[in-house]
Amino acid sequence: MDLFVALALQIIYGIANLVLISLGLAIIFGMMRVINLAHGEFLMLGGYTVVVSTNNGVNLWVAMFILAPLVVGLIGVIVERCLIRFLYGRMVDTLLATWGLSLLLIGLVTTIFGAQTSTTISAPFGPIQIGDYTSSGYELFLICVAVLLSLAVYLVLRLTKLGLVARGTMQSADMAAALGVSTSKIYMITFGLGAAVSGFAGALLAPITGVLPTIGATYIAKAFITVISGGAAILAGTASASVLLGGINGIMAFVTGPTIGEVALLVAAIILLRLMPRGITGRFFRKNL
Amino acid sequence: MKGEIVLEARDLSMHFGGVHAVDQVNFALWDNELRCLIGPNGAGKSTFFKCLTGQHVPTHGDVVIRDVHVAGREPHQIARLGVGIKTQVPNVFDGLSVEENIWLSARRWHKAQRAKVLTQETLERLALGDIRSAIVGTLAHGQRQWVELGMVVAAEPWLVLLDEPAAGMTHEEVETTAELIREVNKTATMIVVEHDMQFIRMISNKVTVFHEGRILIEDTMDVISADERVREVYLGHKSQ
Amino acid sequence: MTWNRENKWRAGLVVLGVIFLFAAPNVFQLFTIINMTTAIAFAILALSLGLIWGYGGILCFGQTAFFGLGAYAYTVAAINFGGSTWAILVAILVAMLVAAVLGYFVFYGRVSDVYLAVITLTATLILYSLMRRTSGPEYKIGKSLLGGFNGITSPPLNMPWDTSQVLFPEHVFYVAMAALILAYILCSWLVQTQFGRVSVAIRENELRAELLGYDIRFYKMALFTVGGGIAAVAGVVFCNGVGRVTPDVFNLYNTALTIIWVIVGGRGTLIGPVLGAILLFYLTSSLGTQAVLNNNLVLGAILILFVLLVPKGIVPSFTEWWDNRRALRTSRRKEVRMRRRRSRLAEANGEAGDER
Repeated sequence: MDLFVALALQIIYGIANLVLISLGLAIIFGMMRVINLAHGEFLMLGGYTVVVSTNNGVNLWVAMFILAPLVVGLIGVIVERCLIRFLYGRMVDTLLATWGLSLLLIGLVTTIFGAQTSTTISAPFGPIQIGDYTSSGYELFLICVAVLLSLAVYLVLRLTKLGLVARGTMQSADMAAALGVSTSKIYMITFGLGAAVSGFAGALLAPITGVLPTIGATYIAKAFITVISGGAAILAGTASASVLLGGINGIMAFVTGPTIGEVALLVAAIILLRLMPRGITGRFFRKNL
Repeated sequence: MKGEIVLEARDLSMHFGGVHAVDQVNFALWDNELRCLIGPNGAGKSTFFKCLTGQHVPTHGDVVIRDVHVAGREPHQIARLGVGIKTQVPNVFDGLSVEENIWLSARRWHKAQRAKVLTQETLERLALGDIRSAIVGTLAHGQRQWVELGMVVAAEPWLVLLDEPAAGMTHEEVETTAELIREVNKTATMIVVEHDMQFIRMISNKVTVFHEGRILIEDTMDVISADERVREVYLGHKSQ
Repeated sequence: MTWNRENKWRAGLVVLGVIFLFAAPNVFQLFTIINMTTAIAFAILALSLGLIWGYGGILCFGQTAFFGLGAYAYTVAAINFGGSTWAILVAILVAMLVAAVLGYFVFYGRVSDVYLAVITLTATLILYSLMRRTSGPEYKIGKSLLGGFNGITSPPLNMPWDTSQVLFPEHVFYVAMAALILAYILCSWLVQTQFGRVSVAIRENELRAELLGYDIRFYKMALFTVGGGIAAVAGVVFCNGVGRVTPDVFNLYNTALTIIWVIVGGRGTLIGPVLGAILLFYLTSSLGTQAVLNNNLVLGAILILFVLLVPKGIVPSFTEWWDNRRALRTSRRKEVRMRRRRSRLAEANGEAGDER
C-alpha cells in the first residue's frame, strides 16, 4: 500500500513536471502556431532569475512567484518585438530563428555567469514520510502549483477579455483585425505570457535541477514531445499528453530505470503521431481550450 | 446510354461538423462521356470532386472507378488507376521549368525515351513551346492553368477530372481550353466542374446541377437552362 | 535540359577535390591534416542534410542522430569483428535502418514538416541522454563497453579485409576526402535521376506530385534513408579522425551546427552545405582559442542573421548576384553597341547631308 502511494505520487509528480515544463510552450504554440525552440532557455532564464535575486537577498518566494515570470515575460516581449514578429506565417524560419535565439541566450548567459554556477538553491520543504517510503515535500508542492497554474491559465483564457480576444485572433487574424483588434499587440502579449509561464516553471524547477546555461536542453525534448502529442488545444492537449506520456514514463521508469523511461516516452509519442498526426486534441477534445 | 459505367458514387456523403457539404449523392458516369458539374457557390460540387480524387475521405458511401473501390484511398492510388486530375487552385511545381513540370507527369507512366517524346508533343499541343524553360512560378495565372492541363494531358489518362479549368482565363484562353477539352474527350472520359455557363455550353451535352449538397437535376444544357428550379437556385427566388 | 552548366561546375569541383586530396598531405603538417579530417567528416554530414532538406524539403533537425549512430555502430562493430571493413557496412546499414523506421512513422503518418523537425530533434536529444547513462559494465554490446559519458575508443580503419595493415592518420585523410568526393558525386547523380527530380517536385508541391500518381510517402522515406546512410559515413570518418566516439555527437550544439552549415551554405545546392561546414569549422575552432566571444553566442547570431537577411544562404545568393551581373553586363554591352551603331549611322547621315 505504502509502495503504491509512493509510486502513484511519483507518477503524478512526473505528470505535473511535464505540465510545468510544457505549458509555456503550449500557450505560444496553441495560440500563435509558433514552435519556440528557445523554450528551454526561457526555463533556464527563470532559474537564473531566482539564483541571482536570492543571492542579492531577495526572498525566495518573491523571486519565484513574482520576479521570474516578470523578468522572463519581459524578455519574451522584447524577443517578440525584435525577432518573432518579422517571421509570422513563416513557420520554418521561425523555428530556425528561435533556435538561433536559443544559442544566443546560452552564449550570453555563459558569458555573464560562466559555464558552471556554484550557488544552488535548496528545496524549501523537507522530505515527507509515507510509511516506509519518503517523498519530497517540494515535489508535492509542485504538483499543487501545476494544478493551480493550469487553472489560472484556463481562467485567463476563458474569462478575461484578453483571453477572448486572443482566442478570436488565433482563430482568424484577419477577422479580428477587421473588428479593430490590434493583432500585433495580441501576439506580443501572448508571447510574453507564454514566456512568463516558462520562466515561472524554470524558477520552480531550479531547486531540483540546479541552474546551468545549457540546462534548457534537458527540458526541451520532453516539452516538445508533450506539446506535439497534445496537439493544438493548449490546456486539454498539454494535460492529456502529460497524463499519457507521464504515466508511461513513470511506469517504465519504475520497471526498468530512468533511461528506458525517456526512450519509452519518445517511442510512445512517435507511435501516437503515426495514429493521430495532429496530436491527441486533433482528434479528441477538439473544442476545448 | 452508351457504353458502361466507369465511375460511380454510391450514397456519397461528406460532413464537416454539422454541415452536410455532400449529402447522399448517387452519381454515374458512362464511358466516353463529357460531364459538367455546376451549381452555385457552396453547392457541394468541389467537395464532391475532392471525394472523387482522394483529397477528402467521404464520411459515408463509396466511389467506384472501374470496379475499384476508391473512397478513402490516397490521391496517388487513384491517380494510378489512370486518372488525370486538375485542382481548382492551380497546383503546379512553381520552382521548376514548364518542361520539367510536364516531364514529371509523362515520366510517371513511361520510360525515359517515350517520356521525352511525350513531353515534346504536349508542349507543342498546348503551345507552351516558347516558354518551355520558364520557371512556372513566374508565369501568369492563365499560363499556369495551362501548365497544369499539360500535366494532365501528358499522362494520357483515360479518365480526366477537371475542377474549374477556365477560371481566371481571358476569353480567348477560355475558347482554346474548350477546344482542348473537346479534343481530350476523344480519348478520355471527363468530368468538368465549372461556374461559367458560356464555357459549359461550348463543351458539354450533359450537365449535373448540384444544390445544397444534392443533385438537383441531370440533363442536357438546353433542358437545364430552361428549368425553373435551376434558375431559382442561381438567381434566388423570384420576387413578385 | 538545363543541367549542363551545373554539371560542368560539379565536374570542376570534383577535379579540384581530387587535386586537393593528393596535394594536401604534401603541403600541410600532420596536425593540420588530422584537423581537416574532422572538417571533412562534418562536410559529408552537411552534404547529407543538404540533400534531404535542400532537395527533398525534409526538415530534419536531427541529422546528427544518424551521424552519431554511424560512429557508434562502426566502433562497436569494429571492436567485435576485430576489423573495420564490415564495420563500415554495419554502420551504414544501422543508420539507414533507423532512418527508414523513423521515416516510416513520420512520413506515412503524414506528420507536418514542423513536427518532423521537432521529432527528429527530440530523438537526437534522447539518444544523447541515453548514451550518457551507459557508463556501467552492464551496458555493452558484444565485446564493446558503451562507456557512457566517456564514450568508446574507435579502432582505426584498416586496409580492406586485411586487419594487419592499419591506416595512419594521413591515410585516414585520403579515405575521408575520397568519401567526401564520392558522396558528392553520388548526390549530384541522385538529384538528376528520376528519383531525385521527383523528390524535388515533392518539395515544390506535394499534392500535385500525388495527383500525378507518385507515392510521396515512399519517396520521402527513401530519400531520408539515403541521407541517413551518408550521415553514417560522415560518422565513421569522424570517429576515425578524432579516435573516439562520445555521446557529444548527439548533443544540441552539434545538432544546431548541422542546421547552421546548411543555412549558411545554402539550401538547394550541394556545394553550399559542404562549404558552410568547412567555413564554420574553421571559424568555431578559431573562436575556441579566444575567450571574449562565446561559440554559442556567435553561432546564434549567425543563424538569426542568415534567417532574417540571407535566407537563401551564401552559394545561391552568390550565383544569383553573378547571373544578374552577367545579364546586366551583356545588356549593357548590347546597349553600347547599339549606341555606337546609331551614332555611326547618324554620322554617316550627317556626312551625307554635308555632301548634299
